[in-house]
Amino acid sequence: MKVVIDADLCQGQGRCFSIAPNVFGFDDLGNGVVLGDGTLTSETLKLAQLAMANCPEHAIFIEDDE
Amino acid sequence: MSDKPPVLDFATDWDHTDPQWVNNPYPIWEDLRSRCPVAHTERYGGGWFPATHAGVTAIAKDTDHFTSRSVVVGNGRPGEEDLPAPIGLAPPITSDPPFHAIARRLILPAFAPGAVNALEPQIRALCVELLDRFGEADVINAGLGYANYIPPSVIRQMLGFPEADTEKFLEIVHVVLENVDKPEEERLEEFLPINEYFLAQIEDHVANPRDDLTSYLLNVELEGEKLSHELIGGVMILILVAGIDTTWSAIGASLWHLAQHPEDLARLVNEPDLMPVAIEEFLRFYAPVTMARLVKEDMEYLGCPMKQDDWILLGFPAANRDPVVFKDADKFIIDRAENRHVAFGLGIHRCAGSNLARLEMRVAIEEFIKRYPRFELADPAQVTWAQGQVRGPRSLTLRVR
Repeated sequence: MKVVIDADLCQGQGRCFSIAPNVFGFDDLGNGVVLGDGTLTSETLKLAQLAMANCPEHAIFIEDDE
Repeated sequence: MSDKPPVLDFATDWDHTDPQWVNNPYPIWEDLRSRCPVAHTERYGGGWFPATHAGVTAIAKDTDHFTSRSVVVGNGRPGEEDLPAPIGLAPPITSDPPFHAIARRLILPAFAPGAVNALEPQIRALCVELLDRFGEADVINAGLGYANYIPPSVIRQMLGFPEADTEKFLEIVHVVLENVDKPEEERLEEFLPINEYFLAQIEDHVANPRDDLTSYLLNVELEGEKLSHELIGGVMILILVAGIDTTWSAIGASLWHLAQHPEDLARLVNEPDLMPVAIEEFLRFYAPVTMARLVKEDMEYLGCPMKQDDWILLGFPAANRDPVVFKDADKFIIDRAENRHVAFGLGIHRCAGSNLARLEMRVAIEEFIKRYPRFELADPAQVTWAQGQVRGPRSLTLRVR
């Protein structure tokens, strides 16, 4: 499982990196970025899902492995 | 405002300055959602109010059909020449694409989490100092004496303006946001001393550059050119107006809630880790800010016959109470885990100061409940609420011992 942020949808609401600071960071404009390659463990998956459920812009997606 | 006829039906004659709306808008919005999701008014020159989350979202994200060249509902329809798009009076909040993105990129770095988080120690010191001023008093005014002083002091420090000017900032905000009912000429006249003040501060920074937001704005370049002082003044007006009574309202409303819900207060005192989640619920439930848009051209939209230059009152606080999106929307749940609230707006105009607002709220509430782990309203009837597009308690007397 991998998490991605759609940069066109992200407006820097700031919810993801406060809920899951191990999964998300921010750039110099305050927009959310995925740390590393976004691969999720069973632990970080839950946090990523919580961040997704709190993103007002619906900019976070969790993708199944191919 | 007192000579305006009272509203009998908000669906066909809404007025956000009507005493019913100012005192308790939530039942009005609930009623509108159930029978006419987009309300109309002939007041203010004509306008629309979407009461649902879906309606607010559609308009907030649609910059093709709606312009931001005026974001505060005025007494009548603004003329095209008064407030030119796409830049507007106070960029980027009054700007449309494509200029909007350029102006926004200039100010976002100053309000990104990294820059803002560095301010925490000085905000905390400010809160402690304000609380110290209350001394041993049993009854204090947390609205006028605490919540109101925090945002202007923080922004004054960021801009590098003299400490003695904090009170002046409060006057400025009042002039711009609370006097929506005054004739346009009077409002413009009241802007003159504000502009003069800002230009004087800018001149002072040209002569004496220092490490602050004003000097940053003087140094950044827009397409290879420095910003004009007028444009910097516009950005400053935006930062002051958008950053002061909004956050004051959010802090005040949070304390107002805690004063009446000892169970929530006790949880925050005993479980400090709950604070970030609680802050989001304060923001959802008591979202202070309503914005405005103007219709760009005649069109049918959300089933309504909209005309060019009709106002749109963009009620993010109403969207936050829509039961279609929020379970138990009218219940304050301090540990609400899923909370996709839109208190800071949606789309390209997301509040640029949201990180700063959250930080100020968190530190202000943390320090307040550390000093006063138990408090209640001293006199519920005495609490007054701001009228206009920013909603929050102003005078807020609390019994703290």
